[in-house]
Amino acid sequence: MTKFTLRRLGQSVLVVLGVTIVVFVFTRLLPGGPARAILGPRATPAAIMAFDHANGYDKPLVAQYWVWLTHLVTGDVGYSYKQNQTVSSLIADRLPKTLLLVGAANLIALVVAVPLGLLQAVRRNRLTDYTVTGVAFVFYSMPLFWLSILLVIFFSIDLGMFPPQAPQGGFGDVLAHPSGLVLPVLTLTLVTVALFTRYTRSSAIETLTQDHVRTARAKGASTTIVVLRHVLRNSLLPIITMIGLTLPVVVSGALVVESVFNYPGMGLLFWNAAQTQDYPILLGTTVVVGVATALGSLLADLLYAVVDPRIRAAR
Amino acid sequence: MTLIEAQTPPPPGVPAASRGAHESPFRSALKVFVQNRLAVVGLALVVLIVVFSFAGPLVYHTDQVHTNLDQVTMAPGSGHPLGTDSVGYDELGRLMVGGQTSLEVGLAAAVIATLFGSVWGAIAGYAGGLLDGLMMRVTDVLLSIPTLFFLLLMATIFRPSKPVLIIVIAMVSWLIPARLIRGETLTLKVREYVQAARGMGGGGLYNLFQHVLPNAIGTIAVNVTFQIADAILAIAAMSYLGLGVPPPEADWGGMLSDGVNYSYSGYWWLIYPPGVAIVLTVVAFNFIGDAVRDSFESRLRTVRG
Repeated sequence: MTKFTLRRLGQSVLVVLGVTIVVFVFTRLLPGGPARAILGPRATPAAIMAFDHANGYDKPLVAQYWVWLTHLVTGDVGYSYKQNQTVSSLIADRLPKTLLLVGAANLIALVVAVPLGLLQAVRRNRLTDYTVTGVAFVFYSMPLFWLSILLVIFFSIDLGMFPPQAPQGGFGDVLAHPSGLVLPVLTLTLVTVALFTRYTRSSAIETLTQDHVRTARAKGASTTIVVLRHVLRNSLLPIITMIGLTLPVVVSGALVVESVFNYPGMGLLFWNAAQTQDYPILLGTTVVVGVATALGSLLADLLYAVVDPRIRAAR
Repeated sequence: MTLIEAQTPPPPGVPAASRGAHESPFRSALKVFVQNRLAVVGLALVVLIVVFSFAGPLVYHTDQVHTNLDQVTMAPGSGHPLGTDSVGYDELGRLMVGGQTSLEVGLAAAVIATLFGSVWGAIAGYAGGLLDGLMMRVTDVLLSIPTLFFLLLMATIFRPSKPVLIIVIAMVSWLIPARLIRGETLTLKVREYVQAARGMGGGGLYNLFQHVLPNAIGTIAVNVTFQIADAILAIAAMSYLGLGVPPPEADWGGMLSDGVNYSYSGYWWLIYPPGVAIVLTVVAFNFIGDAVRDSFESRLRTVRG
């Protein structure tokens, strides 16, 4: 177990370093470099040279990367000249709200999708299976912004049940207006359910064909007992990995949902920054989201090893 | 390490070729495919959508270049079966032109991504050791950055156009096939026929392209279909985020994101047709992909007896 944990931790450190390198390369790819990006298209060459010198952009690339990396480690993600705020303070305000959105969607999706997927596996190739598969396909195939708008048209405009815009303000303000959270969370949940049922179904179908399940059946256990006691437990293992794997997809979804509902999270911050070409925010957010996603999948893998003794023994 | 690798089927005891000599593996796979009703529906839908998008404009002539501000957001009626959009383009004609973009970009991005990803994964899996570790960490890194963040970042640097969209979407899509094919290569490279080829002096690259990749063709084919579906969704998302093809070119996502501005005005003909077109296309490719996978898997199942 320790060896596996250390190995996996080492990999994650490499991946996190890789994410920082990719983002660093992006700062180099910016048209005209970081100085042009911050000072604007009409900056004079002299101003750019002065800026480069003041911020160390005239040093060798490796030295620049090292300086940037040490800043990152101490929590200095950059400074948004357009918003006149440190990127880390912006992220500290936004990150909890995105975690709330993504966490709630994942949690509700699990509660809905795991029983549905099991049901599909048991009723494989029957009407129930086809219906759930069909509905899941349709939700998965809908552009997320379109699904959001359809839900707004139905629940906000036609029925007037929930507000079409997410609550604004800090984390507490968002939590204080749960009705505004319903539609953003619902949108993201529907897509996540579509993803999760497919994984659960195939995982459960694989478990159903295994010998121990056949033995349990032969010993006279009812379908309910077999599913709850033998299939569910064994199918739960891949589901842990699934959450880790689908995390980037759900976070991407959160970006769209946040921009549709004007939900004040990381995705909206990123989208607004993309429209105003606010590069410090773009790059800072990407680093934080990338590192958070890498840590999320690390957590999923470690959890998997905790639950599955075979992984511990094999490594 | 991941679900994808964990799911890679164990090597079947008997290679597919030793089965009844009168029926080629592809034929039996085709048979299973045709028996799958959803697959046939999916294929029919794709053919229909391709004909609609590419042959449609030959029959149904509309001006999709010049705006017509006299006739904006007109309800469906005579002359405009699906009405007109916010700058006066005929919605039905635009649906055809937009379909061309979505299909072309989706197909091109999916093929490039799958080819590149397959070769990348096969080299990593076949080489093993340090190179494998290094190459797979690269995919891990890129997978950690959620697709849309990556796409938006790229789009702030490159001006969107059809070729740029294709390259950018391919750049984020090759990671999954790379992982899948690496897993498959790990099981393929220890098979006897690959070992034999190596023993007879076949070099690494020769073995890779002659024996490993052709035997992973099932996984690759399945992946292309799923990638097309995902690429079409990615184009739509990018258009919504303001990074689609510039006008007068059109794509379904752009039409849709233009249409949803009018959700309070009740212009349903701008909100539903492009959305339904996207859903139908993506569902159709997913049906096909599922069926292709089933046909290759059931082929393996019958082999195992």
